[in-house]
Amino acid sequence: MSSARWSGWSARLGSGFRARSVVAAGAAVALLVAAGCGGSDEAGGASDGTVTLTVKTFGQFGYEDLIKQYESSHPGIKIKQDSIAQLDDYTPKLQQWLTAGSGAGDIVALEEGILVKLMAKPDQFANLLDYGAGELKGNFLDWKWKQALTADGTKLVGLGTDVGAQGMCYRTDLFAKAGLPTDRAKVGELWPTWDAYLATGKRFVAAGTGASFFDTAGGIYQNILMQQGDTTYFDRDNKLIVDTNPGVRKAWDQTVSMIDAGLSGKLQMWGPAWNAGFKKGTFATIPCPAWMLGIIKEQAGAENAGKWDVARVPGEGAVRGGSFLAVPAQSKHPKEAAELAKFLTSPEGQTAAFKAKNNFPSSPQAIDDPAVSGAVNAYFNNAPVGKIFGQSAKSLKPVYLGPENQLVGDAVGDALTAIEQGKLKPEEAWTKALTDSKRAVDK
Amino acid sequence: MSAPGQATGEQSGAHTQPVPDSPGTRSVGAASRLDAVGGEGQGGRGRLRAAAGTGTVGSGGGLSAGRRGLWSRLDLYGSPYLFIAPFFVLFTAFGLFPLVYTAWVSLRAWDLTGDAGFVGLDNYSRLLADPDFWNALVNTLGLFVLATVPQLLLALIVAALLNRPIRALLLFRLGVLAPIVTSVAAVAIVFGQLYGRDTGLVNGILGLIGIDPIDWQASRTSSWIAVASMVNWRWTGYNALIYLAAIQAIPRDLYEAAQIDGAGAIRQFRSITVPLIRPALIFTVVMSTIGGMQLFTEPLLFGQGDVSGGSLRQFQTIAMYMFEQSFQNFDYGYGSAIAWMIFLLTVIVGVANALIGRRLRGGTQ
Repeated sequence: MSSARWSGWSARLGSGFRARSVVAAGAAVALLVAAGCGGSDEAGGASDGTVTLTVKTFGQFGYEDLIKQYESSHPGIKIKQDSIAQLDDYTPKLQQWLTAGSGAGDIVALEEGILVKLMAKPDQFANLLDYGAGELKGNFLDWKWKQALTADGTKLVGLGTDVGAQGMCYRTDLFAKAGLPTDRAKVGELWPTWDAYLATGKRFVAAGTGASFFDTAGGIYQNILMQQGDTTYFDRDNKLIVDTNPGVRKAWDQTVSMIDAGLSGKLQMWGPAWNAGFKKGTFATIPCPAWMLGIIKEQAGAENAGKWDVARVPGEGAVRGGSFLAVPAQSKHPKEAAELAKFLTSPEGQTAAFKAKNNFPSSPQAIDDPAVSGAVNAYFNNAPVGKIFGQSAKSLKPVYLGPENQLVGDAVGDALTAIEQGKLKPEEAWTKALTDSKRAVDK
Repeated sequence: MSAPGQATGEQSGAHTQPVPDSPGTRSVGAASRLDAVGGEGQGGRGRLRAAAGTGTVGSGGGLSAGRRGLWSRLDLYGSPYLFIAPFFVLFTAFGLFPLVYTAWVSLRAWDLTGDAGFVGLDNYSRLLADPDFWNALVNTLGLFVLATVPQLLLALIVAALLNRPIRALLLFRLGVLAPIVTSVAAVAIVFGQLYGRDTGLVNGILGLIGIDPIDWQASRTSSWIAVASMVNWRWTGYNALIYLAAIQAIPRDLYEAAQIDGAGAIRQFRSITVPLIRPALIFTVVMSTIGGMQLFTEPLLFGQGDVSGGSLRQFQTIAMYMFEQSFQNFDYGYGSAIAWMIFLLTVIVGVANALIGRRLRGGTQ
């Protein structure tokens, strides 16, 4: 599930309004850690030879129909799905299950940010290559496959489910006011690159509509960064290269020049002003993953139907997060679990999940399936979102993140916010981001 | 901790167990004593009565005198411990165990990938060299001062006003309680809107008197003021009611005597009211200290759920830092070390407050 949570610093911004976690936070650390020691009956083998597989997910994976289908085609397999609504609540539990050696069931969903951390200890999961997953490589986008594969290529921890494929949402009425084209193909042509996006932004601001060009610099930065390819904050030996990687600096500099040009609305993602901004039109563009379309529709309301549209992102593709299915080493039925995971992440399974809950597939075959590629969104002027997001996901080059990716992403993101707030000059903020990153990683 | 009523119920249930084993040994006096004590739990009362009755019928059963003596001694010296046991059982499970377990975890390197073993005091030495920790400490103490001092002074004034004969007194007395029964999330949402940068009411009012809009979250001072105002709004009424209760326990004739001596209202307040409600003052200071050291929800929600408390951590409290390390960075060992530092900090500030309180007592009496 990519919904609302992605890797990188945006994961923190994605936290939204978490009243439940807030209440839970009153409990001591140890209470929560200790609470994981309990575990339910995991054996799952009945005397009649029926195997019960437990699938642990968070949010909405859209697997209900697929599970029924699998049970009817595989007599002798019973499937129990335990879903926890919030990823914030799911992650500590997952950690407890893995530490306690029980409770994780037979299949667990791993969000990208968690997966990159767990890749440091692949032994906690069954090697899916041992269960014949190797031949499925072609069923997944190359970078998605590689994210769950150890550096030496001998262990496969998870199979990809969805990706947060991304487009650039924009307000047609604000574009018209600023004398910019409103047709999505023409809008896409305005920004083949991020420099062109900056130039368009300057034109927009000069037109004086009263709105800012984008909501917050953080989202833009993350988007540019993920297009730099190969590595971001860490090299493949997990050495921190944030200070030497030219890609990071380039993404930073481009973002800072956009702040300097006054394009940013300096809004806090998920804050009240940000939410209201969709309706009031306080910003003209926002990088939008597939799942954000629902949020925009909800926030902007029916009266603004057709005012928002989706175009391609500047640069080459964009994805924010996504998820995987893995089989914990503690599963009593790894073989059956691996088969089920293969089924759920198959192109057909991913297409069904897209139909059920709009989770955008990570399988090129599913992306090309007419049910996905032909999908349009009525609220966004019938934008062919399946095609736009599909191209975005397919054109992205693989990026290696590293287990501590999010810590560094938080440090850089906070530094960018400090520039927006006028608290730090860009060079001070950069130095601070580097210092904070080093300190967060060296412990 | 558990509600007293719940503990009493379990207590009387547990107590009935030795009774069937000792038919005839219990004197009527003992039974009625127990009855009186156990009477608070509804279930236990009937059972004790029944057991006592059985005992009377079967008195003279074949128990040796020695055993009988042992039982009554056990009953006399042992049963009080049974009565207080539920609290200690619950405290051990939910108070002491987490405390000790947290201490144990804080000596280990433990992250999302599991327990990586004993590291001694590494987490603590790392903590002492961690500028973010000291920053959170300064924020916590600063917010504590900003949120507690005005709150208690204001509460004292409100209590004094509520003690006067005014119209619709009950309405006002209940009114000051309204902020406490308001959900803290609702408080934070409303205050978040009030302190909005672009469309907030506070900036709107400041605009009327010609002050430029303030980005409340951006700087340390403004964010502290905003968070402290939330805490003050929420807890002033609660403290005022405690003060009011204490004030009403002061004998009226002291005021009458002071009046005859020619003392005005303010003099009466300073020389009679404040010294005589000192226990209530100390209580509220201690409670505010505990609350202030653990301040979490208000600053978290003020930052829209951002545990780092602003771009430069300008309003991150130490409890938020613990949460960030434990549940966002999944560094459980380090988070546990921070949790212990919060505990120590609370103890230190609490002891300091107690010492100041004692000095005050020495000074005025």
